[in-house]
Amino acid sequence: MSTLAHVFEAAGLATVALGSQRNQIANTAPPRGLWCDFPLGRPLGKPGDPDFQHEVLRAAFALLDATEPIFAEYHEAILDDATDVVACALPPRHDPDAHPAVDEARGLRPAYDRAVAQFGNRVGAGRVVGPDDIPAAIEAFVAIIDGTPWKDAGVPGFPARVSQDIRGYYETAILGLTDHAPSAWSGTRWFLDETEAGKVIMAARAQMKADDVKMPIWFYMAPGDR
Amino acid sequence: MADEHIKAMTADIPTPEFETTAFTTPKPLAEATVALVTTAALHHPDQDDFGGNDSGFRILDGNRRDYQMGHWSPNFDTIGFAYDINTVLPLDRLNELAEQGVIGKVADHHLAYAGNQFDLSAIRMDSGPAGAQWMKEQGVDIVLLTPV
Repeated sequence: MSTLAHVFEAAGLATVALGSQRNQIANTAPPRGLWCDFPLGRPLGKPGDPDFQHEVLRAAFALLDATEPIFAEYHEAILDDATDVVACALPPRHDPDAHPAVDEARGLRPAYDRAVAQFGNRVGAGRVVGPDDIPAAIEAFVAIIDGTPWKDAGVPGFPARVSQDIRGYYETAILGLTDHAPSAWSGTRWFLDETEAGKVIMAARAQMKADDVKMPIWFYMAPGDR
Repeated sequence: MADEHIKAMTADIPTPEFETTAFTTPKPLAEATVALVTTAALHHPDQDDFGGNDSGFRILDGNRRDYQMGHWSPNFDTIGFAYDINTVLPLDRLNELAEQGVIGKVADHHLAYAGNQFDLSAIRMDSGPAGAQWMKEQGVDIVLLTPV
């Protein structure tokens, strides 16, 4: 991102770059860089908080007054406490013959649809797997856990991309089950730790690693610190 | 899993070095046309999704709100953007600043790139300059860049 700032500035555009990762923005040194110690994915800090977002913008645009390249730090940090998990009820078992993760994904469909109707499909399913096919995609990862080589398991695309669709489906469904902006990463922790589908993804990922599948194929199925 | 763990894991990823830093003196903010450029790999549903090593850009219509995130990295929070696009693409905030006269005008269109690039050569040499040229042709003066 800071690279683009250099390129755009050289073309005659004045730029201000926000950065969440201090080393990255400090080392790349864009012409005007504002490091905001906010969670990754939230460069304006707080979703649903226009006043806070305006404060960030005010600090960013203030850098335009500088007469030479400048790097600044935003005065307030937002830290992830690593423990917060969004409070979301999971659907009760409906089909005892279905894998629990498949049953769960089907049960979350009304919440997903409500969220898409209200917010749009911003991060949900659809990169390679639409919402109708999320249960089948989960079944493919269950097959991997059960010993089927991943190439034969019916994963409907690059595993990391399919996993993103499943995570996006679940995290979008959260917005149909809550009435506030979840804290950073609280939805991802909920998905990975509390849902059956998250457990399937993590188990399939571990199985693929154990099977000596090339790292990029399984590693990016979950955040890298997992 | 925690944000600080992800940041620590990615902190030492090599960054490009620039021997010189270009510097453009902006026109006054209250007279300037401001655009957003994000590396969140946003696109409209009717545009191509971003490929794994996609160094191109998508043109975002500032009058639409149907932005979808096509980023390949799992290493950032996405539900903040899902709840409020302004968390990443503060278009509503810019429109408010324009109404207040703080900025001159919000550009009609904005750009999205994919930040999940290991080789930045194409962005430095090709799609970056092309995006900048397109912005200049649209009359943009100032660009705010946002990551994820």
